[in-house]
Amino acid sequence: MAKNIKLKIDGVDVQVEDGKTVLDAARAINVHIPTLCYHEDLCVAGNCRVCVVEVTGAKALVASCAMPATDGMDVLTNSLKVRAARKNIIELLLSEHNADCTMCYKNKKCELQDLASEYKTSGEQLFIDLVPLKDYTIDNFSPSIIKDDSKCIRCQRCVRTCEELQHVSALGVAYKGDKMKISTFFENPMYDVVCTNCGQCINRCPTGSLIERNYVDEVWDAIYDEKKHVVVQTAPATRVALGEDLGFEAGHVVTGKMVSALKRVGFDSVLDTDFSADLTIMEEGTELLTRLKKALVDKDPTVKLPMATSCSPGWIKFIEHTFPEYLDNLSTCKSPQQMFGALAKTYYAKKRDIDPADIVSVSIMPCTAKKFEADRPEMRSSGYKDVDYVLTTRELARMIKQAGLDFLSLPEENYDSIMGESTGAAVIFGATGGVMEAALRTAYEIVTGREVPFENLNITPVRGMDGVKEVTVKIEGTLPDWNFLEGAELKTVTAHGLTNAKYVMERVKSGEADYHFIEIMACPGGCIGGGGQPIPTNMEIRKKRTEAIYMEDTGKPIRKSHENPEVVAIYKEFLGEPLSHKSHELLHTHYKARQRY
Amino acid sequence: MPEVQELVKSLADKYGRKRENLLHILQGIVEQERYLSDVALTEVARELDMSAAQVYGTATFYTFLDTEPRGKYVIRICRTISCDMKGKNQIIQAIEDTLKIKLGETTQNKKFTLLETNCMGWCHEGPAMLINDQVYTNLSVDKAMDIVTDYVKNK
Amino acid sequence: MTKNKLKRIDLIFHEDCECRQVLEKTFSRSNDEIINDILESGLKGRGGAGFPTGLKWKFTAEQPADERFVICNADEGEPGTFKDREILFKVPSKVFSGMAVCAKVIGAKKGYIYLRGEYRFLLPELQKALGAFHRDIKDLIDFEIIIQMGSGAYICGEESALFESMEGKRGEPRNKPPYPTISGFKDKPTVINNVETLVYAFMICKHGPLSFKELGTSDSRGSKVFSVSGDTPIAGIYELELGMSLEHFVEEFGDGDTKAVQVGGAAGFCVPRKKLKETIIGFEGVPTGGSMKVFNSSRSMYNVLHNYLEFFEEESCGQCTPCRVGCQQLLKGIEAVKKGEKKAIYLDQLLKLSETMKLASKCGLGQSVANSFSSIVDNFREEMIY
Ligand SMILES: Cc1cc2nc3c(=O)[nH]c(=O)nc-3n(C[C@H](O)[C@H](O)[C@H](O)COP(=O)(O)O)c2cc1C
Ligand code: SF4
Ligand code: FES
Repeated sequence: MAKNIKLKIDGVDVQVEDGKTVLDAARAINVHIPTLCYHEDLCVAGNCRVCVVEVTGAKALVASCAMPATDGMDVLTNSLKVRAARKNIIELLLSEHNADCTMCYKNKKCELQDLASEYKTSGEQLFIDLVPLKDYTIDNFSPSIIKDDSKCIRCQRCVRTCEELQHVSALGVAYKGDKMKISTFFENPMYDVVCTNCGQCINRCPTGSLIERNYVDEVWDAIYDEKKHVVVQTAPATRVALGEDLGFEAGHVVTGKMVSALKRVGFDSVLDTDFSADLTIMEEGTELLTRLKKALVDKDPTVKLPMATSCSPGWIKFIEHTFPEYLDNLSTCKSPQQMFGALAKTYYAKKRDIDPADIVSVSIMPCTAKKFEADRPEMRSSGYKDVDYVLTTRELARMIKQAGLDFLSLPEENYDSIMGESTGAAVIFGATGGVMEAALRTAYEIVTGREVPFENLNITPVRGMDGVKEVTVKIEGTLPDWNFLEGAELKTVTAHGLTNAKYVMERVKSGEADYHFIEIMACPGGCIGGGGQPIPTNMEIRKKRTEAIYMEDTGKPIRKSHENPEVVAIYKEFLGEPLSHKSHELLHTHYKARQRY
Repeated sequence: MPEVQELVKSLADKYGRKRENLLHILQGIVEQERYLSDVALTEVARELDMSAAQVYGTATFYTFLDTEPRGKYVIRICRTISCDMKGKNQIIQAIEDTLKIKLGETTQNKKFTLLETNCMGWCHEGPAMLINDQVYTNLSVDKAMDIVTDYVKNK
Repeated sequence: MTKNKLKRIDLIFHEDCECRQVLEKTFSRSNDEIINDILESGLKGRGGAGFPTGLKWKFTAEQPADERFVICNADEGEPGTFKDREILFKVPSKVFSGMAVCAKVIGAKKGYIYLRGEYRFLLPELQKALGAFHRDIKDLIDFEIIIQMGSGAYICGEESALFESMEGKRGEPRNKPPYPTISGFKDKPTVINNVETLVYAFMICKHGPLSFKELGTSDSRGSKVFSVSGDTPIAGIYELELGMSLEHFVEEFGDGDTKAVQVGGAAGFCVPRKKLKETIIGFEGVPTGGSMKVFNSSRSMYNVLHNYLEFFEEESCGQCTPCRVGCQQLLKGIEAVKKGEKKAIYLDQLLKLSETMKLASKCGLGQSVANSFSSIVDNFREEMIY
């Protein structure tokens, strides 16, 4: 058992486990110490210094986030010395920072602004404004992320995110002294480097230095344009997080209110990405079984196994850069967003008798990489840009506020039809392990004619926040067509966060692991922790969103993708069968290698 | 520019391909090339299998690991207080006039770059300067011009 | 005024030393005996911070680990310091021997010398001397010394930044604790000592602790190598006893018109003429890594401070707020006061800021900017304004 440490904070006795910091100890008794560079998801940096406290007997102040609690410590978090230093530090940060708050996208959502409002008492700047002396640049070439150096406070949260969580390190720290800055390789635009557009840096940026490129005005313009028919799709993870930006606690499911809000905002048709998630399962599940058959029965040496999921565009860009030799292992399925987009301007247009040229297709996503994905040249199989605008959950919250809607009191409404129907299997796409679980629910049933042998269809081993989850499913009692799989053990692995993805791929590469099926989501926790979700994020919030997702699943009357009536209908009326010529044309694609360094 | 790539590879062979070998390799490139081009740094990232942004970030931390093109001879004049008191400004002026470049610039023929640097550890014999690794101390305007002229003519 | 010359000490540069003989003698004793001698001598680090060397070695030796390192800090970047260069140039084998003694005591198989990039010209000779040394001690101890070059970054002299740099990273200081004796280079227990410290440790092994302890004062035992520059007719390197008053120092080294002495470099203190008498050079007074810079009345202390602040603004690693932004503000601040853009009382604001930097910066660089800033502004306020 860990040894307990006894110390005093502001005169109050506290006990914490050995290894905890002074900050942890203070939080344990609800003493608030301000922090900026500290983030629960990341290693300790100790560089912003706003968390300094006084330890009796020590000459200098110490950074509470980095200082281990020790026995007998006597800590003052709000002494004269501490306050004076903290005030100066905040003033210093402000002097280097473009504090034009009313012009800032993060106005009222900025940790530096919060601190300034707590500590600023006089109306004037204490120190000299350094901003005009610097040649700060704004990088807005990327369709996903805007990096504005003039707002940067050098806390390095983004750098640690990119390195520790994502193992990408597109962002690093460059130069030293007054020139020190957060930079890509040779200060190239984010668009031109190994950035996966995952947006995790945005979720952790305390200021407005890293933000999503927003398309709110473009979408309003489309809505106001009488000639345009604006359809909107909403990704699974948005419904369990949107509420956080609009007055609900984390973990609240707001599907009905979100639909209602979208209708009031003025979208002509409010549809669900969950529909195309179910479709993805049909295509991807069949693809997996086909690959297995080719490998096991036909002994076809060109078949690539393991097969990896392809719904996470951050993961796609990562593999293009980092493991291009495994691109053929990716499922050829487009992501649900892009399947939806391709169908909106074909199937939907036809059914509703609308000229696809007049359709504006908008998606609400928990994700910034989806913006990049929608811009890809591969994503125009309808003959148009399949998805015109991608808004993050955060941007939707903004639109709802702009529309003057009182979200809390909105009634709950249902999605429109067609392409608005979904199952529990589709909803869980939003959490790590969800695609795996949904695929297994369908594939197992195709092969055996029976439901997956897990209580209540809940394949719990693939769920949860472990970074890498290996699960083997034994296939027994196969239908005659699938005899070759009798007794086979389907080896799967589920990983989230690109650091874990890299680990899995390296095991595959070295031959240590012989998986059949790999699910990878670029973001920690899966899409519920996506780079477009409400800020802040941490493990607790991600867990609550995940719980909400599974609640939504359990509450659905249909919980298996192949039973979605609209999916059944689209195969009958339009696509034929999974992996048909038509689905290949619209729903599948290939990616290409990019520069690794 | 396959030459640089070969250089990087041979340095990686010599020093190793771990993170702790990074500075050796960067120093080795600078010794040959006088600066670190994006091609060179990309190659370093490839050889060490690390992020290019981190390679760049590490390089730019160090004053002697330039990422801008530099001349064959990099002249660094000490600008810290003792050398300043002993007249480093006149020395800079004299070299600027001799080479027809300003501080921070490189001659057209890519032979010389003129820079300032922080205390070089020759305060008792200031003003001092480095030309690449070579130290020159107790400079006077004439002495500095002679030294530089000698480089112009004979190297 | 009669000049009473300060006593010259000749331990460091004296070429008396058959290193192998002394090492043989030393290695025949137990580790505890050696550590006790170093402790007994009262030797404190010569790199600036002044931590008792014996304790540093003891803590590192006691820390359980599969590997330990000894590192010689030859980054010598403090403006006005140049004695380590001279030591490495003249008596390199004494430096190596000091490292070897430390290696034996703490159980290190590898030692490193982190040599600043500006001293690359020393490298060929050093390598030659090192080769000879390795051959000489091969049968005595399993210990190898490797020379690693810096690349122009003052902050890499800070011990944890130096480890980062040796690991191929940006030289950004780490959070402390843990201290190097517990987690240093490659996160292993590490002794890091200044060049001069290691030579003194070796000389203590040769002559015994008492010979060292006799010199200096109770707080500042022994002698020290000083780097003297500025307005002095006899700039150079001198080994002197610690604990002298600055007045005595100036009597000998000043040019007769001394206005102030900057003790300890840009990170040190400025002592004006009127305080020379009461100021002791040593850990009880103003400590110094050896830099002694003399200014006469023709010098503008504004220019001196400006020069130091430019140095810090550039050489701060830039990671922590008080130091990165603080240095810029101090520099721009004195410029603004000088130009009349800010009122003279703004200097008080800046003094408070420098106090914040001292209290809240992450490492010794940011913490010590206030030393020169406040001692110059306090003592030469009118020069800052007019
Ligand atoms: C900014 C900064 C620069 C330093 N530079 C040096 C240096 O160049 N040489 C040195 O020996 N110590 C330097 N130090 C001190 C080292 O951190 C460390 O205390 C010293 O090497 C320990 O050796 P010692 O105990 O023998 O003095 C520096 C400290 C700081 C904060
Ligand atoms: S005090 Fe200065 S040098 Fe030290 S860590 Fe902070 S920014 Fe870096
Ligand atoms: S939160 Fe502790 S130093 Fe930034």
